[in-house]
Amino acid sequence: MKTIGKYIMTIATLTILVSCGNSNDGDKSGALTSSKAEKVYVAPGEHDEYYGFMSGGYSGNVTVYGLPSGRMLKEIPVFSQFPTSGYGYSEETKAMLNTSFGFVPWGDAHHPDISQTEGELDGRWIFINENNTPRIARISLETFETEEIIELPNSAGNHASSFVTENTEYIVAGTRFAVPNPQRDMPINEMKGKFKGPLSFVSIADNGRMNLEFQLNMPGFNYDLAHPGRNKSHGWFFFTSYNTEEANTLMEVNASQNDKDYIAAVNWKKIVDYVKNGGGKKVSGTYAHNVYDEKTHSATSTMKEGVISINPKDVEGAVYYIPIPKSPHGCDVDPSGEYIIGSGKLSTDLSVYSFEKMLTAIENKDFVDDAYGIPVLSYENTIAGVVKQPGLGPLHTEFDGKGNAYTTFFISSEVVKWKLGTWEVLDRLPTFYSVGHLMIPGGNSRKPFGKYMVALNKITKDRYLPTGPELEHSAQLYDISGDKMELLSDFPTHGEPHYAAGIRADLIKDKSKKYYDLEENEHPYAAKSESESKVTRDGNEVHINMTMIRSHFSPDNIEGVKVGDKVFFHMTNLEQDFDVPHGFSVIGANTSEILVMPGQTKTIVWEPKREGVWPFYCTDFCSALHQEMQGYVRVSGKNSNTPIKYSLDE
Amino acid sequence: MKNTLNILTLILAFIFISCGGNDKKEDVSYGKKAPVKEEIKQKASERVELGNKGVGPVTSLDLALVVDQDMAAHGKEIYGKMCTACHKAEKKFIGPSPKGILERRSPEWIMNMILAPDKMVKEDPLAKDLLIEFNGSPMANQNLTKEEARAVLEYFRTL
Repeated sequence: MKTIGKYIMTIATLTILVSCGNSNDGDKSGALTSSKAEKVYVAPGEHDEYYGFMSGGYSGNVTVYGLPSGRMLKEIPVFSQFPTSGYGYSEETKAMLNTSFGFVPWGDAHHPDISQTEGELDGRWIFINENNTPRIARISLETFETEEIIELPNSAGNHASSFVTENTEYIVAGTRFAVPNPQRDMPINEMKGKFKGPLSFVSIADNGRMNLEFQLNMPGFNYDLAHPGRNKSHGWFFFTSYNTEEANTLMEVNASQNDKDYIAAVNWKKIVDYVKNGGGKKVSGTYAHNVYDEKTHSATSTMKEGVISINPKDVEGAVYYIPIPKSPHGCDVDPSGEYIIGSGKLSTDLSVYSFEKMLTAIENKDFVDDAYGIPVLSYENTIAGVVKQPGLGPLHTEFDGKGNAYTTFFISSEVVKWKLGTWEVLDRLPTFYSVGHLMIPGGNSRKPFGKYMVALNKITKDRYLPTGPELEHSAQLYDISGDKMELLSDFPTHGEPHYAAGIRADLIKDKSKKYYDLEENEHPYAAKSESESKVTRDGNEVHINMTMIRSHFSPDNIEGVKVGDKVFFHMTNLEQDFDVPHGFSVIGANTSEILVMPGQTKTIVWEPKREGVWPFYCTDFCSALHQEMQGYVRVSGKNSNTPIKYSLDE
Repeated sequence: MKNTLNILTLILAFIFISCGGNDKKEDVSYGKKAPVKEEIKQKASERVELGNKGVGPVTSLDLALVVDQDMAAHGKEIYGKMCTACHKAEKKFIGPSPKGILERRSPEWIMNMILAPDKMVKEDPLAKDLLIEFNGSPMANQNLTKEEARAVLEYFRTL
């Protein structure tokens, strides 16, 4: 990937040079082109102004980009095995992918969200949800590594996630596919009234640790997307839902019958108090909670049982439904917290709700209906305004902090800028093609940065050189600092970046970790100097505590290993400098290579199948003598008496 | 990634060489022997350069007459953890043995080599020669603090 990135940069640079040359020919459009080029050009050795974190979709990971250049900086493995670093293969990280369904090597990542303090991005962590085997992950923005993954029991299709409240108190997880709760064997076509759509609330401690506090056991509609209230509406959470029809087959027709579905408005603070006072009922639900420890460089997985379930009818004044036309998708809250934008994806209009009108309607008990005992507010008494006919198929809205909103339209393939309060359309630009989410750095916080907007397109077609039937998705960068939006550049993104999160680089970059302190390494098999390196046998397990430094292993000659042994290579990188990783692999390894950062210890298991003398080597080019960074392990027959012996330079 | 860089460097180098090649075509005769250089350079590791302070954060350092044993013991501990992968007191290993180092190098030079090896091998001629003599193995920057490096130096005085 990095190599590809470099080639792309080189090509881009060459293209820029070439275009500059061409603009000397007096071509007027050339001058315009070059000013756009200047806006995205980041000179060699210079840094981008923003970090962009793109969801990797079905790659299960998060990719990190620099903006405005569109250069890919890193792929962070989260829910999927990643042979590049050994994540999910190494003994230390396998536990991160443990679930109540067993080891799951893959995930479908959707919506990254950066932690906030008082409604502003604070750059401590980024969270991301997994849709298929419902989970939420927390990634450290110091190490850019996944530190924690929590599974959500009783949920299915965790799509309305992983959105953070404005002081990172809670993060939510939804249920997009209503299911029996608890799960049980029953006829599918009897779902109506029996399936549920639990909404999970996960608390975040000061050190980042996640805890599943409770599940709001909502009626079995499909809870699709969410955003927390902020500023004046802090304490509430808003979820869109579709399939209020509760259809169980041919959903694309049968789930689009009702003229209106619902936004669920949830006063989570009320429910938190209710739970604190002993409310709710503990129900069954098995889930894995996986935590990575930076000191032991190892993850542990704990299987937990039971969760507090809340019946929404039991907490007075906590849960309401607001009608919204035409199968809503996006649910976004403006920086002031007053406006809640619901995007009916089959609608041509955008419905904007007023938080204050909603509170008044609740106070006046102005209910028009109830759905399974949950009061339904009236559309007319909660609506603040309608953006009329801005486009076809509205999906998602972000904000620039200057009173404007930007909404994507999938069907008409465009981004539309409109004004909060007057609902007038100010500008529109096409996207190439079929935009899903959009991202303005800080665009879902109290303080958006408001300079760039990235459109995350679903269809790529002809935007790049063709690469066969399968294409990377296309992102597009827009300058939104002026009255009119300006399309600056295209760049490909890996997997399917449903949503993304961006933050000004200076809020993160100075605290980005350069290496791990060897002194603080508490890995039980670490060899913190060559004098600590050793080989020990325990039955048919052989543990090799090996060190790596430019450019040799200690030990580099090992004998006494036998066919049928399980050999653990515990590799410690003794370097204490920035960007000096070493890699390790051994012939016939059935896992992956491992990339070991300075001061870190990582382990792979090797089960030798044949007698012989087998080489191992450093996989990451580390110095002029990298090719010499190699060693041998002698494998003897199953019943041989070859003693354990290991050495360096003997 | 680093491989790509190297390849790019090679390509660039190749372009420069080819460009240069067009300009001057010297008559190289393969039969002729190159003139024998008379000056035989002393090995960099054996050269004595007590006046060379090297380049880096340490510009002057006076050593007390008597070795500070506590500091030296602390230095030994740090040396054991951070340096022994490449340096051994009893023999030349990846890098030179620190034994007797103060007879050949100034305290400042030693400190700078520990604290700023990247800068030293680029800017200090002696450090450059040492890199070549030791097979191009770079001296790793183990990010010691000044105090730690000073303690390691004190330990070297006891060897």
